Parts: sequence; structure tokens; C-alpha cells
Amino acid sequence: MSELLLSVFGPRVPAEELRRHPVRYGTPTLLLSIARVLLLCSVFLPYWHMELEAPQYPDGLFLSAYVNHLTGDVKEIDGLNHYIGMRPLHEAAHFEKTLAVWAVIAMFLMVEGAMFIHSRWAVLLALPTVLFPFGFLADLQYWMSEFGQNLDPSAPLSASIKPFTPTVLGEGGIGQFRTYSEVGLGLWLAFAAAGVTIVAFCFHRRAYRPLYRRAKASLST
Amino acid sequence: MKTEQKHPRLAHAAVAVLLAGLAMGLVAPEASAQESRRRRTTQDAKPIELSPAQVADLTKIANERKLNVDDLVAAAKTFQPSGRHDEYITFASGGQSGQVFVIGVPSMRHLRTISVFTTEPWQGYGYSGDQDPVREMLKVNGREVTWGDTHHPALSETSAEYDGQFLFIGDKANARLAVIDLRDFETKQIVKNPLTVSDHGCAFVTPNSEYIIEGGQYATVLGYGYAPPEDYEKSYRGMMTLWKFDRAKGRVDVANSFAVEFPPYFQDLSDAGKLASDGLIFVNSFNAEMASGGVEKGNPPFEAGASKRDTDYLHIVDWKKAEAAFKAGKAEKINGFPVLTIKTTVAEGILHLAPEPKSPHGVDVTPDGKYIVVSGKLDPHVTVFSADKIRKAIAAKTYSGSDPYGIPILDFDAVKEVQLELGLGPLHTQYDDKGYAYTSLFLDSAVARWTLGGETAAKPAEGPWKLVQKTPVQYNIGHLVAAEGDTASPDGKYLISMSKWSVDRFFPTGPLLPQNFQLLDIGAPGTTMPVIFDMPIGVGEPHYAVMIKADKLKPWLVYPEIGWNPHTQALDPNAPKQGKEGVIRNGNKVLINMTAIRSHFNPEHVYLEEGDEVTWRITAIETTQDATHGFCIGGYNINLSLEPGEYAEMKFTADKPGTYPFYCTEFCSALHLEMMGYVHIKPRTKTAQADGDAPQPGR
Repeated sequence: MSELLLSVFGPRVPAEELRRHPVRYGTPTLLLSIARVLLLCSVFLPYWHMELEAPQYPDGLFLSAYVNHLTGDVKEIDGLNHYIGMRPLHEAAHFEKTLAVWAVIAMFLMVEGAMFIHSRWAVLLALPTVLFPFGFLADLQYWMSEFGQNLDPSAPLSASIKPFTPTVLGEGGIGQFRTYSEVGLGLWLAFAAAGVTIVAFCFHRRAYRPLYRRAKASLST
Repeated sequence: MKTEQKHPRLAHAAVAVLLAGLAMGLVAPEASAQESRRRRTTQDAKPIELSPAQVADLTKIANERKLNVDDLVAAAKTFQPSGRHDEYITFASGGQSGQVFVIGVPSMRHLRTISVFTTEPWQGYGYSGDQDPVREMLKVNGREVTWGDTHHPALSETSAEYDGQFLFIGDKANARLAVIDLRDFETKQIVKNPLTVSDHGCAFVTPNSEYIIEGGQYATVLGYGYAPPEDYEKSYRGMMTLWKFDRAKGRVDVANSFAVEFPPYFQDLSDAGKLASDGLIFVNSFNAEMASGGVEKGNPPFEAGASKRDTDYLHIVDWKKAEAAFKAGKAEKINGFPVLTIKTTVAEGILHLAPEPKSPHGVDVTPDGKYIVVSGKLDPHVTVFSADKIRKAIAAKTYSGSDPYGIPILDFDAVKEVQLELGLGPLHTQYDDKGYAYTSLFLDSAVARWTLGGETAAKPAEGPWKLVQKTPVQYNIGHLVAAEGDTASPDGKYLISMSKWSVDRFFPTGPLLPQNFQLLDIGAPGTTMPVIFDMPIGVGEPHYAVMIKADKLKPWLVYPEIGWNPHTQALDPNAPKQGKEGVIRNGNKVLINMTAIRSHFNPEHVYLEEGDEVTWRITAIETTQDATHGFCIGGYNINLSLEPGEYAEMKFTADKPGTYPFYCTEFCSALHLEMMGYVHIKPRTKTAQADGDAPQPGR
């Protein structure tokens, strides 16, 4: 095996070694499998919720964001938003929503690929999975700010409601509404996937680093 | 080697943290959602304890307002804090208002009026211009009759229990029956009786709402015929119609309905048997004398002539046999409607009479169906008939004779269970869950509580068939209604006295005074039965009411789909959709497709020409509870109620040119006043006619 191949893909595990330490080599593979399944499942679950309360809505209004669409009282919230000059919610994050499911599939495949790479480069393939939930929140924050700060100045309630940034997590308020936002089950799963991935690499390093050193040493001799 | 030992511990800790995090992730959103729901619906239901200071405050208020302890207790029994719903819902007839009132019990808050036989603008009932489906429905023999004398509401039943699906009510003045769907509390159908001009015993239902009973009242020549009053006995007839109810369609199935001919005895109230008396219908009457009046000719007036004899007749109809005879083709057609004649009903054993004390009023079957209570009205007794004895007397032909039309009369002593003297003017009877019956005493202005006897489930301590208590009411009680008080399992608790006169109870509103709905607490047995609330009804004179447990009703909060047509109770293919709004002109016929949402109509400018025939369709594309819009055009007698999801169509001819603002008539939002637009109706001029592209009104 050439040095380049070794440093990129890492050492293969000899059959004898694998039989002697099945747990050592199986753990990172298993954990990465769990991580990518968690990530895939998260696509079907809401990533974020917002509940809006106002006197005339005693049961509240609800908004849930998935990676690729919004559900809940979108129509009613859009209807209310037109009074303050906010654009309809479906116009937000168009690019991200179109790409999200494909991106998750790509991450799924990349993590699958990482299982077969026994060098430190495997981390690169798993990095998007680790960053994904943070990226989601950052993107949400960006769009909240983008929509809230760019209100139509000629809107009917422009005298009462000045540009603002809705609260992404926790309690906020706008007009007569109190808003309560929280992470949804989907995003919890994505965080879990990120965490499991990190743990997987602890085991990955423990399993393959000695092998890698040995292989490198034998190559240089 | 050292590093190899450290790693697993670190990894194990990381896994543990992760799993915990994952578990929290699964639980946390659920918990916080529950938390917020609790935040909204929490109502302080903790037991209270009054401090001496609070007692002093309360006493001070009571003394300042001149309230005694009973008043305070009554207030505590009826007051509902904001947001708390009532335990029972009462549907009361609106009398001459032609409507139904929806009232919460025990708060006695008027929740809503349901338009039935009367056009009503708030609900847009009959205000959608020409060819209005409501106005079509209200026609009586081709003439628009925009009022009714609503008398007796009846809830649909399953196994003699209210199922909360439909409400039926009769119009005494015009012999009509209406069907109200309790999903949206709106009138869906009105059927006109083709045989008779007026009715009274309507509506009552058989135990599974197979049929809705419409008992007639004043005898006429059936089918709108003519005969002079001298031919009264020969040509005038009474009747009872059995309207077949199609529950799946929520409509009366006129084609499978039929009537039973009665002698001209002025049939009065009716009730369907249940359980022990299932299969029978009871109708009483008050003119067995067949008095035909004529005070102007020196005859005794109706009031004296019809009250001469000591007895009138309880009509007993075996409706299952009647249905079989109808299905066997034994009915004759009168005015195109199948009628089982007296001859047929006698031959088939469908109809029997039983003597009852003269000119009674209500006939009310006990919860177990074993007894039929006839209230004397002019006689101080209630007469209790036994269903079992009636069946035996019919089987054994224990007759005391037959009437002039050959109908067998059952021997009174053979069918009577007991007669009980209650007081003056007994009219109607309802029941509770403790074995008591409650009878209204019109002349005594009181509600009488008395015990049922025989094999009743609950045996009150006072013993069988005993008058227990009379509570005075103010004044002249007509009907009364107890919680589910005419079902197989009444609830007790509350009873409303529907007092006809209020005299001094409220501030006098000129010579015309409201009726008085008085709530009685009948929860405790024995002699405690106080009046705890007076509710004025200033819209009409209600007759009967029905009281249902509120949780049996499952009303829609908004229409199930956007574009819903309440007349067909289905999604309407003609309903304009968002994004497809516009005006389509075809000659002088103009179709407008409009949507309404807070706070605009689309389109906002509609250009018409004088003489255009306009079909204007609007969909309220709202989905939020209570986000209702109205729509009116001044001068064209148009006002619609556009409830969330509702579709409405109106038609008119643009015959008065001008510029007409249209606007939302229901304060919908902060920009409600701005929710408007214009109809521009251009006058016909020579220049307009010269414009080749604009098609001309065809006049």
C-alpha cells in the first residue's frame, strides 16, 4: 500500500486482528450508523416550534419548521404579518428548503463513507453532520433577522410595529403577541447525530490510530 | 498504554451524556408544549375559604344591594366566570320570532339565535338578493312567508337519548317543519305540510328519530280544500304526519313520509312512546265536541263549545303498523301526499282513542315509557295512563264504544293508572333522575313536583303518586323543561319554567313585556326547589325548549373546508379560490368570483352596467375561529355572513346605476373599516351602446 493511500484511507484491519477485537473496531462503525440513521429520521420531524399567544387567540397560534417546509398556522400568521409588512413566510430560506433533503442524504452517504476510512480524514466526511444542527439555527436566526428587520415601511401598522428580530429560542414579544420558541424533536435528533458522531470518532481514533502508526512504521522501514 | 486506558472512560462518559441528552430531547419538547397549554387553560379551581374580612366585604355588598342569603346562594349557583362554559345547552323555541334561542344553563346566558322561519340579517339568512335559497325554502304555496310561530323543538334521538346531531322545530302558523344541523347551528331544510294549514304537535321524534311527528291542530279540509263550517263533521279533518328522517343526509325524506287522518277533534300535543311504549304515538285533543264556533251567528264561541263535554280523546297510534300499511300501499293520496284514512287505520288496528279529562294539554311519556301523563289544563288532575294496560285493552278489545267515525274507544278504567290532583291549570310534565315528575300549573303559576309510582327505577321517599311540593313562578307558566327531561334518562339538576307573563319582574319596556325564563334548582329531593335566576326573553314568546348536556354537542369551530356551502353542507365546486378571483362577463350576465380575508375583498372594484344580471360568489378564505366577515351592498337589500371557510352566492340585477360602496359588516380586524370596495354601475347611454366591445344589457 502506498503512503498516500495509507494516509488517506488508513490501514485495513487484518482479519485476525478483527476477530480478536470485534468490539474495538465495531464500535465506531456502529456509532456512525446510529448517527446517520438519527440524522435521516430527523428530516421527518419538526426542527423548531414557535407558539404565539395573544388575547384574541386563547388557544395560541403554532408554527413548526421542518428542514424543508413550514407547518401550523402559517396562513393565519402570514395574514397577521401583512399588517406589519412582513413578507409571507414561504418566501424565507427558499434555497435552503429546496436543498435540505438532498443535503441530508449527502451527509448520510458521507458518514457511510467515513466508516470505511480509517485515518483522521474520516473526520472531514463527518464534519457536515456535526455542524448541521448549528448551521440550521444560524440560518434560522439569519432569516428571522432578514424578515423582521425588513418590514414594508408603508404597512398599515408601521406606526406601531418597528423592525425587530423575532426570538429564535425562548420567549419574545411583538405587538400584542408573546412568542415562545423551542427546539423541535428533529433538531434534537440532529444534535444527537452530531454528538454520536463525535463520540464515534473517539472510538475511531482509539481503534485505528495504533494500527495506523504501526502501518506507517512498517512502511518507513 | 496509558492513553489506551484513559480513552474508554472518556468515551463511556460521552455516551452516557449523549443518551441522557437524547432522552431529554424526546421528552423536553412534549413537556414544554404541555406547560404552555396549561398556562393557557388554567382556571383557578382550588377550594376557597372566606376570611372574616372577605365575609364582611360580601355581607356589606349584599346589604348594599339588598340581597338576602338565598339570593347570594342563587347567584353562586348560576354565575359563570369568564371563559367557563355552561354544563347544559337549552334550545328554546322563539315563538312568533320564528327562531330558536340557544341558552347556556345554569348561567342563562343567551348564546345565539338560530334563524329558522324568519329572515335575519346578521346571519345573512335570506339577504343574498334574488333567488335566495332561504327565501325559496320559506315559501308557502308559492308565497314568501318570512315568519313562523315556532313551537316545539325536538333533538334527534338514538335509543330515546339525545344524540346532539339535529334539532327539529315546527311552525304552528303555517304547518312547517324545520331541520337544523347542530354542527353549524343552521337551518338546512323546511318542509311544508301539504295537508294542513296549521299544526301544533310538532316536532316530536320516535326513539331513534326514524320519524319526526307533526301533529295538526285546527281541523280543515285536508290538502287545502274548501267546505263551509256547516259541513264541519263531514268534511273537516285533523291529521298527524310522520316525516321520515334520513340521518345520513340530514334531511327529511319527503318521498317516504306519510300522514294518518284524524277526526276533526283539534289535535294538540303529541309524544312518541319509548321502551315499554315503543311503537306507539300519543296525541291528545280538545274538541271532541266538534264545535264549529260562530259566536256572530248566536252559536257558542269556540272556547265554550269545545269545552262542553267532560272528556276529550287521547289518540293512540301504532306507528309501526302504520308504517307497514303505508309501505303496503294502503295510503290514499290527498294533494299528492299519502294519507292513511280513518277507515284504513281502524281496519288495520292502527288507531284507538282513550277518554281523557276535558281539554287537556300536554301528553308526556315517562322516562321508562311505562306511563303516559296527560295534563288536565281545565281539570286540576294529571291523568296517568299505563302503556301496559293500553296494550292489553287493545288486544282484548276492551272498548267502551266507538266515536262517530267508527274509531274504537278504549275503556277509561281499563287503561287509566291513576289520577292525581296537582292544582289549577296543569299543562306539561317533565321528569328527573330521582323518580319525580314536574308539571307546570298555568293558573296557579307554579311548578308542581310529584312522585312517579309503579315500577320506576328510583323510588322517592314520599311514596308513589304523591304531590310533594309547589314552587311559585312569575307568572303563568306554559311549558317547562328539565335537563334531558323528556329522554329515557333525565339528568335532574335544572328546570326552566317558561313563564308567559313577567308583569313586574323587569323594568317595564312599554306595554309589551318580555317573557320570563326562570331557572329552578331541582337537584335536591323533597321540598327544596327554589327559583335561582330570571332571564327575560324580549324577542318572542317561546313555547317549548329542550335541554341537552353540553358535551353531547360537537359543533364545528370553523367550516371543515374552505369553500363550504352551508345550504348543501358540502364543499361547493363554484366557490371562488384564492388566486382565481375576477369578473367574467358573458353578454349582460356577469359572474364575480371574490375572496374575503382580513382585511380586504378581492376584487375591490367591480364594474357593471345598468341592467346586468349579476351572480356574485364569495369565499371567506379564513381558517381562524371567529374570523367572520360580512358583506353588504347598500340599497340592494344584501347582507351576507361569511363565517370562516364559508362560501355564499348572491344574485341581483344591477337596475339602479351609481357608485356603491360594499363593505365588511362584521368588525373583523384593525382594518375592518378599510375592508371595502366599490361596485360601479354605469348608466346605459348612447356612447356606451356605441362601444362595440362592451356587450349590451339585453332589455
